Amino acid sequence: MSRRAALFLLLPCLLTLLLLFVFPQALMLLASLGRRSVYGGVIPGHDLANYRRALEPLYLSILARSLGLALLTTLLCLLFAYPVALWIGQKAPPRWRSALLVLIVLPFWTSFLVRMYAWIFILRTEGLLNHLLLHLGLPPLSLLYTDVAVLLGQVYGELPFMILPLYASLEKLDRALLEAAADLGASPARTLLKVTIPLSRAGIAAGCVLVFIPSLGAYLAPDLLGGARTVYIGNLIQSQFAVARDMPFGSALSFLLSLTVLALLALFRRPLRAGQEP
Amino acid sequence: MRGAVSVQGLRKAYGDVVALREVSLDVEPGEFLTLLGPSGCGKTTLLRLLAGFEVPDAGRILLSGRDVAGLPPHRRPLNTVFQHYALFPHRTVAGNVAFGLEGEGRAREEIRARVARALEMVRLPGLGERRIDQLSGGQKQRVALARAMVREPEVLLLDEPLAALDIKLRKEMQVEVKNLQERLGTTFIFVTHDQDEALIMSDRIAVMSQGRIEQVGTPEELYERPRTRFVADFLAVRNLLQATVGARKGALVSLRTKGGLDLLAEDDGGYREGATVWVGIRPERMSLQGAGENALSGTVEDEIYLGDRTDWRVRIGEETLTVAEGAATARGRRRGDAVILSFPAGAVLRLEEAPS
Repeated sequence: MSRRAALFLLLPCLLTLLLLFVFPQALMLLASLGRRSVYGGVIPGHDLANYRRALEPLYLSILARSLGLALLTTLLCLLFAYPVALWIGQKAPPRWRSALLVLIVLPFWTSFLVRMYAWIFILRTEGLLNHLLLHLGLPPLSLLYTDVAVLLGQVYGELPFMILPLYASLEKLDRALLEAAADLGASPARTLLKVTIPLSRAGIAAGCVLVFIPSLGAYLAPDLLGGARTVYIGNLIQSQFAVARDMPFGSALSFLLSLTVLALLALFRRPLRAGQEP
Repeated sequence: MRGAVSVQGLRKAYGDVVALREVSLDVEPGEFLTLLGPSGCGKTTLLRLLAGFEVPDAGRILLSGRDVAGLPPHRRPLNTVFQHYALFPHRTVAGNVAFGLEGEGRAREEIRARVARALEMVRLPGLGERRIDQLSGGQKQRVALARAMVREPEVLLLDEPLAALDIKLRKEMQVEVKNLQERLGTTFIFVTHDQDEALIMSDRIAVMSQGRIEQVGTPEELYERPRTRFVADFLAVRNLLQATVGARKGALVSLRTKGGLDLLAEDDGGYREGATVWVGIRPERMSLQGAGENALSGTVEDEIYLGDRTDWRVRIGEETLTVAEGAATARGRRRGDAVILSFPAGAVLRLEEAPS
């Protein structure tokens, strides 16, 4: 295929990226260099005051906390999702597999907001969980509006995004390789560590990226389950636009968050790429 | 006893499909035994039961005299060469070969030495650092063999290991695998659907059909004296005829085929007068210019040139028989020519419908 034909075929993809990614980012960059007007608009400018402010220790600590939450969410999702994906992809009877996958994505049919409220009903002081605990004669827990609740909500919300790519790579895994490992004396645990996990690296990498990035900007779970007691970067940005009406500062924070994600992706590019070769 | 395999009354069904029905088989230590049969005959199922990947519905498996029921695959003293090699794509050649030894917790130096020796054994020295996707089919085959042999198993199972290779390479590997087996003295259980491969490589062959072993014997025994119609057909006897047993004439017995031919066969004591039997005659035991107790006149219907020999299809009454002639004697006949087809009474093999 000629270079020109290739470019032509790439055009729809390039246009989409331009329109939905590059253009908004450029708009945000522009806004971040301006100043806030009295009524919450943007006065164009070209100074870095918003960035200097965003890099103050207060805001950096919020970013660090968000990174921590995203990292923890990703790790916990991986931990919970791997056995599920392994079971569906390798052990479950093939005719059940699509039904099981439908069950995994079924919660998406309900809005995330509604599902967060459902968690509030479960976790609150007079909620389902504490009723159950009291019924069993156990002391009630005060879970709602804690960091644990935020983490729980995040892991719950992101879990399907980890399960699906893991499933995709585990389902493809050639069973003969697992038999070969067993045949060569490897116990099931050693087969998992030395064959299954290394060969599902592409799925692990994809799932981690898919969970980590949205978790970094999460604001609904911290808001609703955390009671906005602990501020994460997502809440901070949201409040700049919705409450403080400081679009330039919000834009600067958003742009820094995007840069952070890009930097992290660049940093982990090698392991991610290596994971793509089976 | 080390390396002996004994299978007793083994049965396995997948739902309604019976894969193995009552298979019993004894393999001597150091023997090269081939399971030969068409796809779906149960040969691979038998191999998988031996390896422990499947659990039998009934029957016993003894490895080196030990009952291995309940032993998971990773505890069985045997190794497998898989049909499509099943090499680990995330490991190098040496990493693949070393996999089993690493699991045994061997010292690094020992592993390196044994891997090097195994790669030398399969004539791939110095390729240890190659990635699997950089190897040719034949090289993958050798790595799979080295990986399975490096732990010095009591029994090696090979599941159609040469099926994916082209014909020239396959012929080379047949000889090489056979030589390797003779040198190491390991028991080999080899699965194939290729009768030539089985004849070339095996000490003994077990021909399987529909979940049963039809006949077990040395290559000569099977080739010279197939017992059942299936074995004869699978080992290219080609001319299979249904006939009614007639009168005895001394050491011979007369047969009349369904198509109306009168044949003379050696009486092996299995013919009952008036009974209907199947008989088979190998194309190469018949001739268009020799002599024998049987001489039938017919016409040439077709000629199939095969290089080292020519197969002639000769029509005699209602039957069409295939005669093989060597290249030197095959010249000069054309379709429609009248010929005399002859063969000794000893060439007529009495076949049973099913194994007795």
